[in-house]
Amino acid sequence: MATLSEEVDMLRRIPLFAAIDPAKLKLLAFASDRMIYHDGQPIFRQGEVGDAAYVVVKGTADIVVETDGGDIVVAQARENAVIGEIAILCDVPRTATVRANGEVVALKIKKEHFLSLMQDFPKLGIQVMRELASRLSRTTTELTEARRRLDALSPG
Amino acid sequence: MNQLEPNVLKYVWQHSRRDQLWMLVVILLSMPTYFLSLDLPKQIVNGPIQGRGFENPDDTALFMTTYLPLPDWLGGSIQLFPGIELDRISYLFALSLMFLLLVGANGGFKRYINTYKGRMGERLLRRLRFELFDRVLRYPLSRFRRTKPSEIASMIKDEVEPMGNFIGDAFTQPLFLGGQAITGLTFIFIQNVPLGVVTLIVVLFQAWLVPRLRRRLIVLAKQQQVEARQMAGRLGEIVEGIQDVHVNDTSNYERSGISNALSSIFAIRFEIYQRKFYIKYLNNMLIQFLAFLFYAAGGYLAIRGSLDIGQLVAVIAAYKDLPDPIRGLIDYDQQRLNVDARYTQIVEQFAADYLQDASQQAVPDGPIPRLSKGYDITNLQVIDETGSKLIEKASVRIGLDEQVCVIGAVNSGATQFTEVCARILRHSSGRVDLDGRPIDQLPEYITGRRLAYVDGGTYFPQSTIFDALTYVLKNQPRAPAERDEETLREYQIELSEARRAGNSLLDYRADWIDRERIGVASDEDLASRIERILADVDLDDDIRAFGLRGTIDPQHHPELCEHLLAARRRFRAELAANGLADIVEPFEPDQYNNHATVGENLLFGTAVTAAYDPANFATNAAVREVLARTGLEDRLFEMGKEVASTTVELFGDLSPDNPFFDQLDYMAHEEIPEYRAALKRIGGHRLADISPADQSLILKLPFAYSETKNRLGLLDDEMKSMIVEARRRLREAIEALPHPPVNFFDPDRYNPAASVLDNVLLGRISSTVAEAPERVTVSIRKLLTQMELIDDIFRIGLEFNMGSGGKRLSETQRQKLHLARALLKQPDFLIVNQGLNTLDTRSQRQVLENVLAKAKGRDGQRFGIIWAPMTVAYAGLFDRVLVFENGVLTADGAPDALRESSPAYADLVGS
Repeated sequence: MATLSEEVDMLRRIPLFAAIDPAKLKLLAFASDRMIYHDGQPIFRQGEVGDAAYVVVKGTADIVVETDGGDIVVAQARENAVIGEIAILCDVPRTATVRANGEVVALKIKKEHFLSLMQDFPKLGIQVMRELASRLSRTTTELTEARRRLDALSPG
Repeated sequence: MNQLEPNVLKYVWQHSRRDQLWMLVVILLSMPTYFLSLDLPKQIVNGPIQGRGFENPDDTALFMTTYLPLPDWLGGSIQLFPGIELDRISYLFALSLMFLLLVGANGGFKRYINTYKGRMGERLLRRLRFELFDRVLRYPLSRFRRTKPSEIASMIKDEVEPMGNFIGDAFTQPLFLGGQAITGLTFIFIQNVPLGVVTLIVVLFQAWLVPRLRRRLIVLAKQQQVEARQMAGRLGEIVEGIQDVHVNDTSNYERSGISNALSSIFAIRFEIYQRKFYIKYLNNMLIQFLAFLFYAAGGYLAIRGSLDIGQLVAVIAAYKDLPDPIRGLIDYDQQRLNVDARYTQIVEQFAADYLQDASQQAVPDGPIPRLSKGYDITNLQVIDETGSKLIEKASVRIGLDEQVCVIGAVNSGATQFTEVCARILRHSSGRVDLDGRPIDQLPEYITGRRLAYVDGGTYFPQSTIFDALTYVLKNQPRAPAERDEETLREYQIELSEARRAGNSLLDYRADWIDRERIGVASDEDLASRIERILADVDLDDDIRAFGLRGTIDPQHHPELCEHLLAARRRFRAELAANGLADIVEPFEPDQYNNHATVGENLLFGTAVTAAYDPANFATNAAVREVLARTGLEDRLFEMGKEVASTTVELFGDLSPDNPFFDQLDYMAHEEIPEYRAALKRIGGHRLADISPADQSLILKLPFAYSETKNRLGLLDDEMKSMIVEARRRLREAIEALPHPPVNFFDPDRYNPAASVLDNVLLGRISSTVAEAPERVTVSIRKLLTQMELIDDIFRIGLEFNMGSGGKRLSETQRQKLHLARALLKQPDFLIVNQGLNTLDTRSQRQVLENVLAKAKGRDGQRFGIIWAPMTVAYAGLFDRVLVFENGVLTADGAPDALRESSPAYADLVGS
């Protein structure tokens, strides 16, 4: 059984939390629930209202988008990855389903706790912004690419 | 007896004539002893004590010489008993003993009279209350739209109450007091005629004046009664709608409303007091004015010599006895007027036109046959209270076993049509025949048993689900209640009292459930019938869930508890096979349970008293002693210090509204400075060296600690085995107590305080695995089904208490329950008026399909349906559809045919 101090060490390795005071990280770890998910069990589902972000402590989770044509795995979250923070930042429903691929251990960080930390540590906010911006630029690139291919497919 | 007797005295006389007369006889019989007991003290003082007749030491007197007083022309008095010759001392004792006897007899009479009066009053009160309630049951339904329930309750319960006291005195008191007053007056007349005339004038003036003054008082009494009743009604409404008060912030409006009502009641009551005491003052004045006359005028006459002084003294002595009976009479009259006012008020309130005839609610002799013909409705017209036409000129026949859907827009008359069929709404003209007879002439034992009606209402009185379901089968007692000799005797007395008071003679404690009518033989059959019906309305799973959460008493269900213990063993054995091994940690007496706190691991059971709750271990001397003996106390102390310092470090500088505090369940924000100071005080001291307050402050913490949850790394294996050892010793210590305050977790024993689910589980579910509790419940349910225990669980679920108004059930569940009990009746016609409007459309359709299949004979019995659905989309499921438009029946036929022929139908279903 992992102890709090091990979790704090782990959180410190995550770039997102690098700027945060170790004492506050301990508080965050203390306040977070350590959850275990079995293979195939959803951590959260697309369309649900988000109330928490997760840090993957162990294992791999599939990020799945549910479409009419079936589920598409769009990415994977590995150890130390932070998932589900978008929904708690701007009150939108979950944009994807995250499902355990093999056993997953994750720290569940409640929305209020995350927001409170962001207030106390503006650097955390900047870090989140940076992360989101890079994701946006990646998605934009991908979108442009997809459009280009779509145009090439449809005649005229 | 359709109207109540309007005069209260007549009502009392009607129902207690014999008792009142007997009362009078007993009072007259008691008179001689009463007067003798007043006379005897004088005899004792004058005779043996003062020595009259005993002038010489050897004198004797005759004791108990008795004469029958006869007038002289009949030969004078006859000596009945010559008497016994006694000397002075013996005579004294004989007379004193006689006095004692008379006092005893007197008291006996008084007690008998009072008890008799009391019982007479109570019987009459009981009769009146019952009659009022009987009328409530026979009111036309429309009346309840205007009457508040709590007003009816207040009238039957409180307002008739004072009548009970009055009834006993209604006839005897005026006779008794009147006699006394006349005697006193006569005596004054005999002594002196002019003084007698003056007295009579004053008394007559009083008798004339006082009732006039009291007229206003009666009006006020009536007003007060009405105001108080209205307040009771208002209070009832506020409580019923308490949710609206909260969600609209109108509590202050309600406060002001009730305060206003209280203020008018106060004004009325205060005026009553003022007048009452003013009248009392006048009365006293008039009576004392007589005394003034006697002293002044009588004295003047005596001094002048025209009146004998002896006469004057006698008049004054007689006058002394006069005020009491007169005041008593005035008070009696006051009470009579009061009661009369109340009574007429109530009678007026309970008067109703169209009171249902009592024969309509009679108890039938034989079984009620099924209907042989259906509805035959001609020229049906319904007009509401405001005069608008709800239905006009509808003629329709609905045969037995026909399934009819009634549709129409809002206020089209469709829903009212179902109400007419169920006899809830009276038709204004036309004919509604059921089984060849006008529906409003049919007794309720036909309509109530052969028809079933369900609307959107979701009210249930507080009862179990089973009672709510079988309520519809409780039409008359079926099998007598089992009684032993003693309770049988008690019942006979109850029955004879009920007869005397004109109450119901049906035995409430008998078995009322009519199993025969629905063709079930035993309680098991009834339960499985209920199960099938609840499955049709999709409520059976909910009931099983209630059963799993319910508790059972092993003394009532020893076998079931044994089976559940077997289920527990199997559940444990199959944990791994079901993939629950890392989710559930069973409670084992010799193992530390990682999902429970340290305190729970120590106690290893559920505490019955607060002192043995783990939260209070730190201050429980018995627990502390065990901990000290096992050496655990010092370890826990170190642990507590660690928890305290970590917590202070983590939370010390956070503001109290910081969201992180919701994660801290063992320490409040205010306590943090306290702990910080305590830690500083304690420093490196050992447990024994610090103050008891600090000891319990620190020791409180480790009991709430759980390694899986708090993750501070404070529990090692050595510590865990120490805790398990302490657990054993603590249990020994607790079991040695006279009434062990703890139900211990015992793998081989059923815990009556825990739910069925917890008993099978007997362990902790991991809080760190997602959706763990749901998976465990599903697994236990599957196991109980495999072991064929789920029917028992279902029956336990039926015993679930629905709470006030049935509110422990969801609205949807309550609507399903209403439909289920209508089906349980096995009616000839099931009438549903938007009865499932809180269900989602998919379940509505599912339930409707089940009910239709049942009506078509799926379970053997066919029956007719008249259904006004919420959405017209279901019309296609029926054989026949009636379409109402603005109160007119515009189409009638098979849905497919109507699609062609009726534009209204096509429009409604949106083809």
